[in-house]
Amino acid sequence: MTTASAMNADKPLISCRNLTKVYRMGDQEVHALAGVTMDIHAGEFVAIMGPSGSGKSSLMNLIGALDRPTSGEMWINGRALSEMSRDDLADLRNETIGFVFQQFNLLSRQDALANVKLPLRYAREEVPDPEARAKECLELVGLGTRMDHRPMQLSGGQQQRVAIARALVNRPRIVLADEPTGALDTKTTAEIMALLTDLNKQGITVILITHEPEVAHYATRQIHFRDGSIESDSAHPDLRRAIGV
Amino acid sequence: MKFAVATTSALEALFSNPMRSLLTMLGIIIGVASVMVMMSIGEGAKAQIDAQIASVGTNLLTVNPGGIQRGGRNQGGGSARPFSESDVTAIADLPFVEAATGVLNGSATAVSEDTNWVTQIQGGSADYFTVNNWPVVEGREFTEQETQSGSAVVVIGKTTAANLFPNGNALGQRIRINSVPVEIIGILESKGAGGGPMGMDRDDTIVGPLTMVRNRIVGGNKWVSRHVSRIQFLVQDGYDITQAQDEVSQLMRERRRIEPGAADNFNIFNLADMIKQRSAAMDTMSMLLAFTAAVSLIVGGVGVMNIMLVSVTERTREIGLRMAIGARGGDILIQFLFEAVALCTMGGLIGMAIGWVGAFAAAQLGKWPMAVSPVIIGTALGAAAFVGLVFGFFPARRAAQLDPIQALR
Repeated sequence: MTTASAMNADKPLISCRNLTKVYRMGDQEVHALAGVTMDIHAGEFVAIMGPSGSGKSSLMNLIGALDRPTSGEMWINGRALSEMSRDDLADLRNETIGFVFQQFNLLSRQDALANVKLPLRYAREEVPDPEARAKECLELVGLGTRMDHRPMQLSGGQQQRVAIARALVNRPRIVLADEPTGALDTKTTAEIMALLTDLNKQGITVILITHEPEVAHYATRQIHFRDGSIESDSAHPDLRRAIGV
Repeated sequence: MKFAVATTSALEALFSNPMRSLLTMLGIIIGVASVMVMMSIGEGAKAQIDAQIASVGTNLLTVNPGGIQRGGRNQGGGSARPFSESDVTAIADLPFVEAATGVLNGSATAVSEDTNWVTQIQGGSADYFTVNNWPVVEGREFTEQETQSGSAVVVIGKTTAANLFPNGNALGQRIRINSVPVEIIGILESKGAGGGPMGMDRDDTIVGPLTMVRNRIVGGNKWVSRHVSRIQFLVQDGYDITQAQDEVSQLMRERRRIEPGAADNFNIFNLADMIKQRSAAMDTMSMLLAFTAAVSLIVGGVGVMNIMLVSVTERTREIGLRMAIGARGGDILIQFLFEAVALCTMGGLIGMAIGWVGAFAAAQLGKWPMAVSPVIIGTALGAAAFVGLVFGFFPARRAAQLDPIQALR
């Protein structure tokens, strides 16, 4: 009981209420999300799982403040997304969320350091020493010696480490990783997952989108999606009761 | 977003595909080069015309005898009765006239010890030099007394001096003009080759005292005693030239006893006006070049827009990523706008280098001073950057309005 009340006292970091997302494909409507309600608290390591078409990517887009729901409401860090402008959403992504993609999405023309510095360029408040901050992040992911390498000169695992360093450089509260190991071999996958686990232990909320159960096992909470709804959620039962699921 | 960073990334994008960038710039290069050439021609020609006007003086008016009607046919300029020295005095006595001189023209064969030279001779009063803004640089002018007494002295132009005395030292020499011996007492300042209003060499001339030239070289006129071919006078600074023209015209009509309503048998002629009219032809050419420049800048701009649209499509994923990590639409807009402006400015710089050569060639051809002022450089570069801004805006806005999810897919 004490745990549950402590959790209730904390405002959730991400809160979703009856989220729906409908895409129009020609004259057909696709219901990607059909009323999703859930909370994610600060410090959690959540794996969102499900087959393709289950709605997990749509949810990731919403959690990443890249998209708006068709109906329902969601809050990130206490702010209602429906009330935010396009620019506000960009600022929210910059300040609060670090993205890690399956295809790394590094700028091929620039070296690792420049790639990591990129988010600082879009920060609304000037960061005192962007160079030092970016180096610190690259050292954290174990690439302190490869800062001047371009993506082409790095292995897949190293590229993903650069991407993680880039996600961390603005000191976000949330790291959102979309199939981060989808393009990596088993050994590298283990290394990347260990890195994400480490970050989570340092207090960063990690949200992982994956369809691989082995990867999802690193997370402390698994949410399974099917046909746009939550099929199962391994969250603490008290928490689930608290939000009325 | 920091502008230095935006500039750097724009230049990087530009150099990542140099061949494509260069081809895209081509229209801008041509456009800017023509802007340069056009403006430099305009300024060079203007400088030349200004120099010509300054050399004849803006206040100088010339009265010529007009044509007369005989048997229903106009006999042409100068066929009417010439003026006399009393006409010159009457004009000189007008309050607004600063100085006046009668001028008598004739052709002259000058013979020195070494050689001979066919040129023209002008007789004038001592005011001739003031009126024509034409100082003597070596020796001296002839005096009013020498004008009246008809002394056998002359002042000669640089070209005549060089032709009569190839070894120099023309001053103080005695020559014979149409068999009349005269002494060279002065050399006139050079008006510059082709510096005359009609493009002729004004330095190829001899100027002597009016009386001497009339009595001994040109000869008298059987209708008019003490005649002159034309009258030149300077209007005082600040006095309206048109007004002066009207008043002199009235005076001459009275003196030549022209019935009211009858046409003038003389004309008053403003050299500066004529030069200005000639410069209008130059303006037409400038307009044509300006039009060419504008068209190629627009065509170049469309090329830039096209390539920028391709670039936006190619880099959709990059745009999506930048948006995901927090770039606002405005940041993306500025990034692509900077790229377009950088592309055009670079093209502008290359175009300027080519335009410089073109302007130099034009200056050589037109024989005017090479004029590439900071204004020209600024205008050419500014025009290029402006084209980048205008034609880069549409692709940049398209990039800025991309949906981050679509862009990342």
